[in-house]
Amino acid sequence: MKVATTLVPAPGKQSGIQRVLRQVYTNFMVRKLAKAVFTIWFVTTLTFFLIRLMPSNPVELYMNQLITTYGLTASQARDQASALFAIDLNQPMYLQYMDFLNGLVHANLGNSLLSPGQTVTGIIVAVLPWTLLSVGVGLLISFTLGILIGMYLAYKREARIEPVISGIASMLSSIPSYIIDMLLLIYLGVYWHLVPINLMRGVRSSGIAIAFTPQFIGDILFHASLPIATYVLATIGIWILSMKSSTMSTLGEDYITVARARGLSEARITTAYVGRNAMLPLVTQFLINLGFIVGGAVLIENIFVYQGVGYWLFVSLVRRDYPLMQGIFMIITISVVVSNLLADFVYGFLDPRVRVSGGG
Amino acid sequence: MDQALSKPGVKLWKWLRGIYRGVKAILWQLSRNKIGFLGFLIFVFFVLLGTVGPSLVPDKPTADVSLIYDPPSWTHLLGTDSQGKDILIQIVQGSTEVLELALLTGLISTFIGVTLGSLSAVIGGRLDAFLTMLADIWLTIPIFPLLAVLAALVSLNNIGLLTLVLAILSWAGLFRAIRAQVLSLKEREYVEAARALDLGYRHIFFSEILPNMMAYIAISFTFGMTSAIYAQVGLVFLGLMPMTRNWGVMINLAWGQGAIYYQNSVYFIMAPIAAIVLFQLSIVWMSRSLENMFNPRLKTG
Repeated sequence: MKVATTLVPAPGKQSGIQRVLRQVYTNFMVRKLAKAVFTIWFVTTLTFFLIRLMPSNPVELYMNQLITTYGLTASQARDQASALFAIDLNQPMYLQYMDFLNGLVHANLGNSLLSPGQTVTGIIVAVLPWTLLSVGVGLLISFTLGILIGMYLAYKREARIEPVISGIASMLSSIPSYIIDMLLLIYLGVYWHLVPINLMRGVRSSGIAIAFTPQFIGDILFHASLPIATYVLATIGIWILSMKSSTMSTLGEDYITVARARGLSEARITTAYVGRNAMLPLVTQFLINLGFIVGGAVLIENIFVYQGVGYWLFVSLVRRDYPLMQGIFMIITISVVVSNLLADFVYGFLDPRVRVSGGG
Repeated sequence: MDQALSKPGVKLWKWLRGIYRGVKAILWQLSRNKIGFLGFLIFVFFVLLGTVGPSLVPDKPTADVSLIYDPPSWTHLLGTDSQGKDILIQIVQGSTEVLELALLTGLISTFIGVTLGSLSAVIGGRLDAFLTMLADIWLTIPIFPLLAVLAALVSLNNIGLLTLVLAILSWAGLFRAIRAQVLSLKEREYVEAARALDLGYRHIFFSEILPNMMAYIAISFTFGMTSAIYAQVGLVFLGLMPMTRNWGVMINLAWGQGAIYYQNSVYFIMAPIAAIVLFQLSIVWMSRSLENMFNPRLKTG
């Protein structure tokens, strides 16, 4: 790629390979993909060195524990720690790091310390779907509703309900998400007895077989309903407010006036001209907020005892199960990076300009 | 002789008058936006609560077994907790730490963001490309899980360390905003005019560019405060921070002692929740009014 950027031969003299490289480099999706891969590498490396190089790092702590409480020799302890963390501690650091990266590529993240016989990858595969389900459905609902309500408010600026909805939206957007779900739990579950919170704990009821039956889907949605409601309430305020202001500024653009002058139907103007353009800043905001929302899942899943990755991150932290902690932290980051990438592609789809210029 | 002696006095007097006028102007602007002014008043109330409050209440609320989960009364304005301790006293004492952390984190993260953002925009080149890329990556790292992991690995047991870590973790958003703003301000006519007059970098930055970024800075400062409160209370609630005196600890205790199942414990859990919500709302409302204040285009009249 460097060839394509630094050596710029006179036009017409470019070789075929250089032209291809240049096209690849300026391709919007390739650039975004490269950034995503780089971010994942950066975070995993950071985690590796945090776990391995910090003073009193988990690997050393674990070895010391083996030596002092279980009476193992230093080399036995090192072997056991190596097996658990899936790193060979007898090797120099850079080889350990290479091994770690190799394991990462092959999805081998070692074994859980406190759930014997279970690999970290196995646990992640088992719990990640629940978080993806609840966060994904919650964000989808809140984004759609937020955009519709925001546009409605922008069109009905004079309506008496406008300040009421805007006020509620700004209030919801400034309350921490875990407070919202505590309030949901306390009021809906304890004081008003509207939802059976004892039955809702966990990700699914034990009696129902895992299959694509209406019964099973209904059951998992029943268990996920409170987390989903929390994600919707915690994020909808931001979408409403941003969509309102974005739509209001879009409505003042010249191309809207031109579209009206051309006699296009109001429905077409609202969807293809106003809606599409007003949504653009929201996609960017979506990117910035996503990490925050997924991070909040740690708290929300704990409050509802919903066993997704957030819940397990907490469990691994409390139990000092470091390989599991490392794996789950990485998978949380990777999900955020991948969703960012998806949102980038959506942005490219909505706004053809960024695809051409390669910026963004 | 006389003149030389009186000079510092005159200067001080001018300074004080300038500060008084500035404060008056700010208050006047704040009072134009009702919600913003309300937020400002509540914020001032919390600042007083955190600074003066703890010296007005007993250092340790006394436990009284006969008064467990007592509803509010004249002796216990907010009722009592599961050990019969007064809730109001705990709220007052818990406010200091929350306030301290919020203000310090806001200050440090704003300083980092403004410094790096302006440097990046002014110097440009490789430094700019590097910092922009770093910020891009930083924004995709989920901060709260990272904080939780850090809290478990390096016990973030003192508030100074937590403040520093929080401030360092939250630089990226502000960096982007400031960088974009400086880049666009650099090209404005009045900055070019100042440059043509050879007024010097210091004058250009502090007198031409910085005042025009005050809205961004004020808002990012409030954003830094709210996210610091979010993180601190969250970490304490999960039990990943040592149990000192703050609202997160109260929520943690109330939650752990089954406050969600006993209806008469409502004040125990709701008092810290209400305090946090009110504090957050006051900051957000205040920031809206600050936004209006520093954005001359929104000023009416």
